Amino acid sequence: MARASRPVSRRQAWWLLATALAASLPLVPQVPPWLSLATATAFIWRAALTWRQWHLPPRWLLVLLVIAGTAGVVLQYRTIFGRTPGIAMLVVFLALKLLELRAARDAVATALLCYFLVLGQFLFTQTIPTAILAGLTVLITTAALLAASDDRPPPQQQLRRAALMLAQALPFMLLLFLLFPRVQGPLWGIPQDRFSAVSGLSDTLSPGSIAQLSQSDAVAFRVRFKGEVPPQSQLYWRGPVMSSFDGRSWRVTQTSGAYAEIPYAGVGASVDYEVTLEPHGKFWLFALELPATLPPNSALTSDYQPIARQAVRNRLRYAQRAWPEAVAGVNETPRMLRDALTLPTDGNPRMRAIGAAWRTQHGDDGAAILAAAEDFFARQLLIYTLNPPLLGPDTVDEFLFDTKRGFCEHFAAAFVFALRAAGVPARVVAGYQGGEVNPVDGYLVVRQYDAHAWAEIWIAGRGWIRIDPTAISAPRRVSSNLAAAIPAGEGLPFLARADLAWLRELRHRLDAVTNGWNQWVLGYNPQRQRDLLATLGMSEPDWRSMTAVLSVLCGGVMLGLTAWILRKRLRIDPALAAWRRFTARLARRGIVWRTWEGPLAFAERAARHIPTHAERIGEIAALYARLRYGPAPQADDLAQLKTRIAAFKP
Amino acid sequence: MLASLRRRLHETFVRWALRVRPPEPAPIVLTQRRVYVLPTRAGIAYAVALGIILLGAMNYNLSLGHALVFLLGGLGIVAILHTFRNLVLVSMRPGRCEPVFAGGVARFAMVLENRRAEERTSLRLFIDDETPVEIDIGPHASTVATLSVPAARRGWLPMPRLTIETTWPLGLVRAWSYAAPDLNCLVYPAPAAKAPPLPWGGASAQGSTRDGRGADDFSGLRGHQVADSPHHVAWKAVARQQDGPLLTKLFSGATAQRIWLDWEALPDTVDTEQRLSILARWMIDAEANGLAWGLRMPAVRLAPDNGPAQISAGLRALALHNHGAR
Repeated sequence: MARASRPVSRRQAWWLLATALAASLPLVPQVPPWLSLATATAFIWRAALTWRQWHLPPRWLLVLLVIAGTAGVVLQYRTIFGRTPGIAMLVVFLALKLLELRAARDAVATALLCYFLVLGQFLFTQTIPTAILAGLTVLITTAALLAASDDRPPPQQQLRRAALMLAQALPFMLLLFLLFPRVQGPLWGIPQDRFSAVSGLSDTLSPGSIAQLSQSDAVAFRVRFKGEVPPQSQLYWRGPVMSSFDGRSWRVTQTSGAYAEIPYAGVGASVDYEVTLEPHGKFWLFALELPATLPPNSALTSDYQPIARQAVRNRLRYAQRAWPEAVAGVNETPRMLRDALTLPTDGNPRMRAIGAAWRTQHGDDGAAILAAAEDFFARQLLIYTLNPPLLGPDTVDEFLFDTKRGFCEHFAAAFVFALRAAGVPARVVAGYQGGEVNPVDGYLVVRQYDAHAWAEIWIAGRGWIRIDPTAISAPRRVSSNLAAAIPAGEGLPFLARADLAWLRELRHRLDAVTNGWNQWVLGYNPQRQRDLLATLGMSEPDWRSMTAVLSVLCGGVMLGLTAWILRKRLRIDPALAAWRRFTARLARRGIVWRTWEGPLAFAERAARHIPTHAERIGEIAALYARLRYGPAPQADDLAQLKTRIAAFKP
Repeated sequence: MLASLRRRLHETFVRWALRVRPPEPAPIVLTQRRVYVLPTRAGIAYAVALGIILLGAMNYNLSLGHALVFLLGGLGIVAILHTFRNLVLVSMRPGRCEPVFAGGVARFAMVLENRRAEERTSLRLFIDDETPVEIDIGPHASTVATLSVPAARRGWLPMPRLTIETTWPLGLVRAWSYAAPDLNCLVYPAPAAKAPPLPWGGASAQGSTRDGRGADDFSGLRGHQVADSPHHVAWKAVARQQDGPLLTKLFSGATAQRIWLDWEALPDTVDTEQRLSILARWMIDAEANGLAWGLRMPAVRLAPDNGPAQISAGLRALALHNHGAR
């Protein structure tokens, strides 16, 4: 096509540069600094080319630059596949494409590359600001496409037209978004780097690991309860259970034989809720103790932690039920109990001695040993703090007898160690405790600083019992929250602080908006789509019926838009309509208006035919000529023309 | 082989698409039934890119990726409507077409009218492989597009079927239509490059100078040409105006130079087209020399005269010689 090979004008080059800038700026934090620098250089080069109207760089130089860019990306990431390297490659291509804008088709290629980069941003973040930024980028890119077609209008006009077209595209977007049959990804493997930097619990627990999390106010998950929100002290969100201790760290034991069904009976009232879990890249799902149902595609480990069959790489929503009063593990296997008693061969001699003393005093009476341990912890006057001192090799002894300052993992670990030393099976449970109800939307928000660790001990005949040693020394941690429990003046994440009420209020509102966005825009998945269609009366929607509905609705929108776009066609210039009535009347007298004839020439001819009406014909023609072609028609000319024509009866 | 098949298919399509037997009566209104829309190459690339973005969005479960694809898809649909609207209901009528000599370029003027209150932007008109003409038509306005076609042979050259297309606003879709307006260009025979000298001889060889006109009766003035005799400069008239051009007095009358350009005067070895070419050259030369010339042809006879009307009548006679039979 002749058009595709038309050279790119200066204005078009500026537009494309603006587009490329808009598309690549948000990616600066994601790509290596050298690439940002190189891209900026390319952009400045492009600007200079356009400004000075220099010649484009020769092709061999561009080829060299492509090779250099690719080599840089490979050196940086060792591959060009995967998320970040792929985007880095796209940025390289975009920067170099700008340097070889020869023809109109290069402009289209640039625009398409920009669209890919917008998608690239979404791989990293999909927040509301990102969406707004992406919308702006699409607007500029569309304006650049408009300019590639016709570069004469000024920028504001291009932007206005682009905005208009995008506004007209919005109904299609909405319909497609709601009704396009959704497929649950991934369609192929997702590179592992997707969740390299997500904070959250890990499968090991060592002194300081949870204290570190307490500095983060990132959301771990959100919960909506069907009924009342249970009291704060009952909100124990069970996470990984750790039984194996190597003297310093606690680890999740690889439990063989997970349960496909709940292995214990329900007792007392149940609590129904729905969890929206932020992606954390691990397999575990958090559930209120003790889980009564299992989310789809999950199983229960032998220590009652629900785990998903696939790592949680996307925001996940699942309905759950809990039995807060259920008793589990009355008939625990000997192997599990043996695991829950194992201690390293040496270390922490002082606690071991005390444990042995309890053992000789109380024998097999687990309940008595538990009471002794609780009493002992209370008498140690331990201090709950975010900044515990560093500990030497005997972590438990040093915490309990020397420093006496620790965070929840210190308490839980020491307590479990003490009971094991006394011969009572015990283990550490990590998870989250509490959460904060957002008054705006009623969701309970559990953040990373709500991470917690507690103990679980086994007593013959009573099964596993939850003991929270932190609560012995800092009861307010459990009954209210972190801020209430730690000494004043310690650095807390902004949101965990009790003061600054108005800021918290603002933050609550923002969080409610974010949650709505997450639930309805980002969390609009096949499940939610089915639910929505079911409420609209489409039970059992399959892709065929959905496509049918979608086509009908899109067709309707298209018809509406067509009618709107072509609406002007139905409206004929009123002066012309009146003139046509006039000529039709004369045609009946045998004087046919020829379309190429000017009104005055026609009037002259008509007047010759019917001289009796000559004057009126002349007046009408003069009025019409002034309306249509005159420099300044009078305000009432049109009304005059209409009345005169109405009165004209040849 | 494949190319010729494509060409034949295209020809069939165009004939079907035009529906009416050319030429069409004016005004030609491009109604929605005769405007076609298909994606351009850029449009196909756009669709493929959207497909890739959709796959990516599905794979990574990116809700905003879905939204992006759907927005851009909607934009594509909107682009179809806008492009279609840019062309539909344009009204065309033939304009003027000045006669040309064979071997020259016929310029067909088409008047395009926009009855809508919005501008129509970047409409391209072209005939077969000729360079397209790009025009805009303002709101409630008309624009003349002049399409050039090489005029190879004398006679009437009907305006070939024209294509009118637009890819505005996004360049992703192309709307186009065909029209076969009723417009003909008169093509004169090309004047022979080498012609025998003007037939001075014969009954009408009077007067004395080659460059002279008749010298008897003053008949008017015209602009001075270098070859005009200084005797004939209208000094009085020149003196009356200030800084005006030199004027030459024209004379006519029985003694004005008169020649007959005679079809039969040429030897039999000269074929028809050559004869016409030579006659055309003679006419031009005679006209340039201010002679009163007449034309004698098998079917046409023009009395000797001089002037634009005379030469256009003469050339027209040459152009249309035996035209119906061809």
